[in-house]
Amino acid sequence: MDKFLDSLFLNTSRIFAITVLVVLVALFIVLFKEAKPAIDAFGLQFLTNTRWAPNMDIFGGYPAIYGSIVSTAIAMLIATPIAIGIAIFLSELASPLVAAIVGMAVELLAAIPSIIYGMWGLFYLAPILKDIWGGSGLGLATAGVVLSIMIIPFMAAITRDAMKTTPDILKESAYGMGATRWEVLKDVVIPYVKSGIIGSIILALGRAIGETMAVTFVMGNAHKVPHSLFEAATSIPVTLANEFTEADTDLYYSSLFYLALILLVISFTVIAIAKFLFLKRVQEKKI
Amino acid sequence: MATVCEVKEEHIIEVKNFSFTYAGADKPNLKKINMPIGKNAVTALIGPSGCGKTTLLRCFNRMHDLYPGNRYDGEILLDGKNILGKKEDLIALRTRVGMIFQKPTPFPMSIFDNVAYGLRLQGIKSKSELEGRVETALKDSALWNEVGDRLKNPASALSGGQQQRLCIARAIAVEPEVLLFDEPTSALDPISTQSIEELVLKLKDKVTIAIVTHNMQQAARISDYTAFMYMGDLIEMGVTEELFITPKEDMTEQYITGKFG
Amino acid sequence: MTRQDRRVLTDKIITALSFIASFIGIAALFWILGVLFYKGFTALNLHTFIYDMAPPGRAESGLRNALVGQLILVAGASLIGVPVGVLAGTYLSEYGGRNGKLAKLVRDISDIMMSTPSIVIGAFVYAIVVAPMGHFSGWAGIIALAIMMIPIVLRTTDDMLQLVPGSLREAAVALGAPKYKMIIQVVYRGAKSGLVTGILLSIARIAGETAPLLFTSFSNNFFSTDLNKPIASLTVTMFNYATSPYEDWIDMGWSAALILALFVLGANITARFLIRKKKGEK
Ligand SMILES: Nc1ncnc2c1ncn2[C@@H]1O[C@H](COP(=O)(O)OP(=O)(O)O)[C@@H](O)[C@H]1O
Ligand SMILES: [Mg+2]
Repeated sequence: MDKFLDSLFLNTSRIFAITVLVVLVALFIVLFKEAKPAIDAFGLQFLTNTRWAPNMDIFGGYPAIYGSIVSTAIAMLIATPIAIGIAIFLSELASPLVAAIVGMAVELLAAIPSIIYGMWGLFYLAPILKDIWGGSGLGLATAGVVLSIMIIPFMAAITRDAMKTTPDILKESAYGMGATRWEVLKDVVIPYVKSGIIGSIILALGRAIGETMAVTFVMGNAHKVPHSLFEAATSIPVTLANEFTEADTDLYYSSLFYLALILLVISFTVIAIAKFLFLKRVQEKKI
Repeated sequence: MATVCEVKEEHIIEVKNFSFTYAGADKPNLKKINMPIGKNAVTALIGPSGCGKTTLLRCFNRMHDLYPGNRYDGEILLDGKNILGKKEDLIALRTRVGMIFQKPTPFPMSIFDNVAYGLRLQGIKSKSELEGRVETALKDSALWNEVGDRLKNPASALSGGQQQRLCIARAIAVEPEVLLFDEPTSALDPISTQSIEELVLKLKDKVTIAIVTHNMQQAARISDYTAFMYMGDLIEMGVTEELFITPKEDMTEQYITGKFG
Repeated sequence: MTRQDRRVLTDKIITALSFIASFIGIAALFWILGVLFYKGFTALNLHTFIYDMAPPGRAESGLRNALVGQLILVAGASLIGVPVGVLAGTYLSEYGGRNGKLAKLVRDISDIMMSTPSIVIGAFVYAIVVAPMGHFSGWAGIIALAIMMIPIVLRTTDDMLQLVPGSLREAAVALGAPKYKMIIQVVYRGAKSGLVTGILLSIARIAGETAPLLFTSFSNNFFSTDLNKPIASLTVTMFNYATSPYEDWIDMGWSAALILALFVLGANITARFLIRKKKGEK
């Protein structure tokens, strides 16, 4: 009996572990299969075609891809310095008590559902940006700002964790040479955890590029390449969220899956780079 | 009251009625310590684990200031001036008093840049001067023959013993007056340990050395004076041979004969 | 100004910049929290919990059906995700070995799955569940959330079980316990609070997901517990209400946001507390 239960337990747990692999493979296969008609129809030109005209069955992915990349780039430009500043504050400057409290606040904020950031962006941030920038207040710039606010806590928390892996003794020996706090950071801490910080930033980038709800509200939802950052635009997740239930032709439906496949490939690549090129090394390195 | 021998050298450091309390500790971790440290001599600090050797050593360069809430009481004079003042310039202090740690701590940069680090902090930019002083420091730390031809390599590629000598080279490059060693050989093999010990003996011509060690033989081999501490107190400080052969305090005798610790 | 003065000044400037960055970041985040609580409470009252969603302008309008739908979706996803994730994590830690090939692969893939865009998972479930069934359904939503949950539970289970000292396992096996009993009685018990923490965090994580539900469980204006039909959820309701032109719907969208945030933060704080307590015991 024990023998039977033993092998039952082992085999069930193994099958469940394999499930994860099956799901990932299925994800790629299914998206590819659903996207196949659009791939056949548009090929790689889909990536550069700027026209998205469902009523004429013409689909080009460029506006959505462009919007994803540009809004993510804006978000990274804003979030990276602020998040690194917070990480430095938490790991090097704040007293232990302040670091614990603010650190906890940052971690909790990272857990807030992204849709809430989106609602805040629509009702509070967009009107302000509208006064500053003109236009409708919606578009890639606003989306970038909301995205940046959304990823700052995540990025700050993991960057801080990376910085904390610097052994105290290494920092102390730099202080022991008469280095200032900034010099210790610049010459010892940052070089020591460089790959961890880069990995954290790329991981945050992966989050940002796949984010739907924080940006759907503030993108303005216009399927074109905008003339400026302050004009209504779209991105891959936003297109999917808004149009998926409207797709009335097979090619429309399939083109949306083509976009989903592109997003999956981008995010898979980004995360794999973060993990295998940068974060792996961190775990292996010890003083 | 501790028995403290006469130190014939000039007293480059004078510890006076000194107590130290870690943040959150309810009583002092070092209690009313009085001891001199002779210029260009090697002073060893020995005692059972947890007796406060490291704690005392890290007061000499105010390392404890990195963490909030630690408290110094009394005085530590360096060249006659108290270094415990609120206004003390810690950057200057630490260039005068260097430190070597239990484990090698090469910075994540090349061998050359490691040794040049302190020099660059001081604003030395001239390439020829940097090269000259890096070479001298590496020669003084007996590392030049091994690494002179690969100064551009990352320091992390060196062996443990070489890394520790690199840290010594880095510390002596800025020509400090005092060097603090905290169990510098505890992470090394016997051969590397021997080379570090030889180095310490050689360096004392130029610099004053205070070294913490848990190894009594090591203290006997390399130090001129030995201070024995126990539970935050200085019990006895003596000329090394005398302390090990004819200790004046019972507790010292018990410790060196292995009765405890 | 001496060179050292300049170094100290640079240090002060950088310190100030880092304070400013922290201040900006944290101020923005507290702004959001402030808005959430302020707006969330304006429309929150007893009606929110006793009435179902209603057309704009009605007094008898609430979120009851969305709350119930949300609970059903999250509970359903947990019923699938927790056992699968825990057992899969158990395989990695107890059978797969730290460096086993399969275990390593599953670990890496899970890390990637955890960061896969949730909208992509929604599209995937649409293709494999909604399209064949011909309509949106609670089941589709549950499956989408479970797919997101499994890798999270799996990784925390793996990590937590590996913290259990090997000597405990050896002691149990030495007493003649078969491996599955050893795992259930000794390893799980040893890692209990860690496991609970991981599960709580994963529930908090999926509870806030909107994108994978948009075209799986969709939404439903009426009270329904039928998993074969579309089912309302707080998150999709927030989306629909917040993008509507009606003031009262928008306010109710904020109430939904507040309820959701309180749940998610509560779960996170509880999880942290458990971990803290566990550390305190040691
Ligand atoms: N950072 C610290 N905070 C509080 N107490 C400490 C700290 N470091 C050491 N101590 C305590 O101070 C005493 C002396 O420690 P230490 O100087 O490290 O001993 P030694 O180097 O002689 O082994 C010990 O009782 C130790 O527990
Ligand atoms: Mg010590």
